[in-house]
Amino acid sequence: MILYVISVGLSVTMGLMGFVNLAHGVFAMAGGLVMSTVIARFGVPFPVAILIAAVSVALASIVLERLLYSRLYAEGELAQVLFCIGLILVSMAIARLIYGDRAVAVFLPDYLRGQLHLLGRDFPTYRVFLIVVSTCLIFLLWFGVERTRWGAMVRAAVDNRAMAQSVGINTRLLFMGTFALGSGLAGLGGALGADILPVMWSYPFEHLVYFLIVVAVGGLGSLRGPFVAALLIGVADTACKYWVPEFGAFLVYAATIVILLWRPQGLFGVRA
Amino acid sequence: MSSQFSGYSADPRIRWTEWLPWVVAIAFFFLMPGYLSLGARVLIFILFALSLDLILGYAGIVTLGHSAFFGLGAYTAGALGAHTGITDPFLQLAAAAALSALLGIATGAVILRTRALTLLMLTLAITAILLEIANKWTSMTGGADGLSGVKVDPILGMFRFDLYGKTAFFYCLAVLFVGWLVVRRIIYSPYGAMLTGIRENSTRMHAVGAPVYWRLVMIYTISATMAGTAGALLTQVNQFVGLNVLGLEPSGDVLVMLILGGVGRLYGAFIGPVVYIVVQDTLAKQYPEYWYLGIGLLLIFVVLFARGGILGLLDKWLPFLRPGRSARASAR
Repeated sequence: MILYVISVGLSVTMGLMGFVNLAHGVFAMAGGLVMSTVIARFGVPFPVAILIAAVSVALASIVLERLLYSRLYAEGELAQVLFCIGLILVSMAIARLIYGDRAVAVFLPDYLRGQLHLLGRDFPTYRVFLIVVSTCLIFLLWFGVERTRWGAMVRAAVDNRAMAQSVGINTRLLFMGTFALGSGLAGLGGALGADILPVMWSYPFEHLVYFLIVVAVGGLGSLRGPFVAALLIGVADTACKYWVPEFGAFLVYAATIVILLWRPQGLFGVRA
Repeated sequence: MSSQFSGYSADPRIRWTEWLPWVVAIAFFFLMPGYLSLGARVLIFILFALSLDLILGYAGIVTLGHSAFFGLGAYTAGALGAHTGITDPFLQLAAAAALSALLGIATGAVILRTRALTLLMLTLAITAILLEIANKWTSMTGGADGLSGVKVDPILGMFRFDLYGKTAFFYCLAVLFVGWLVVRRIIYSPYGAMLTGIRENSTRMHAVGAPVYWRLVMIYTISATMAGTAGALLTQVNQFVGLNVLGLEPSGDVLVMLILGGVGRLYGAFIGPVVYIVVQDTLAKQYPEYWYLGIGLLLIFVVLFARGGILGLLDKWLPFLRPGRSARASAR
């Protein structure tokens, strides 16, 4: 389920901005690491730590965007993919140097540990909390993109950057902000989900395939596509591992292939 | 990304500089006998990178799943050598090549209808599926433990695979030489020119009446065959296959090698693996963290500033060192 929170951010950078951002996991990992460090070192309460994680990741991503990403917006997929692999390798090395080989500790507050009684069943509070938070996020984001001036500007800039620029939109600033938002959300997702997806140095590479599947299946250039795909893949994967464990992740990949052949542009893609 | 020194319009005769890699390889055999197994590994990855160069560099097919064929070839040779009585090295090689070609034509025919990110994802999903199969089908592949005890007969009944890797080195060198001849022939043919055309502007190639889709399927199959052969070589040399021949990682590795060397040029596939594996072997064992850091930084640098890889840089800088050729360089 946590895929869904992280992919919300991915659908912004990749879905909305059209950048093949394989390095999304890097930001998620950074979020998790920052959260853990802040709590362990300074004893900050959990919600504040998560906010700090999201904001600091967003700030760091602005630096990266200005220095590196912005040079590659106009390039083909190959350059973007290679660049991201490079970034992933670098971040993995740094994370491993600083945090060592083991997953960082997660400090959940007590009020998220217990069980929650809903409709006569028990649910782990933490997971319910995750679902609620991510639902709020996706709604906010949808509202932002579809219903506000900022959203309209972003969509215009992605569709035709030169035109948007010429009607007076500062696309450089806009892309920078949007990218920071996407990365911040990734950091948030990584921090929130740290208890389910352990944060360690191999994180960006391990989950890379899932992020990719989510975006490819969902389709580029749309916001709800990656969202629906994340749900679909998450549910399918869990169900598949539960019912037919001997197949492992096999069915997810098979489903991906089938969906992509059926709709090469993704389920909700506007561009091929 | 265009290749200035090879292609249909260039003189197809073999220039003297093109013999250099082979001279170096043979010199290596006599000068550094202690490193022959490493050398054989380099040769295998050169063949693998060469096959990737055909589809990525010349035809412009972006793939993250080329290890599917490499792994299939490796496991084919392994399964033949370990489970059936077929231990003749050439028979194993042929079987691996044939199966990889089949997989290449089957998957290529399906996935090459798509482009860009979708294509990337499909290739990745295919190698992921193969990895999953290799992992679960324990009776055939040994699963996570790998498949050991692969038997390989002496080559031509005379040269057995020795401890020092002498036979392995020459065996790989010979196969690579054949692969090089084939690739070179393709690149300098009208067919090679057509592939470059498809890479540069596929709409226009459609417009001039080229059967774009079938040409792509064809080169994809050829490339798959070569990658499968490289995989089989790896199995025969190590007499072992592990899960690390499949999945994203080997695809990424070979991609990085090719990019470092220079994509879309014949000898980029030669330089890249040499540099990558030698540096990996010397540095990675002591400092694995720094190794990833270094290779990551290098990759970012190449993407941002030196798109042609090592050979691309040489192209740029050599004219400055040799004043006589700078006129030609500036004319490009």
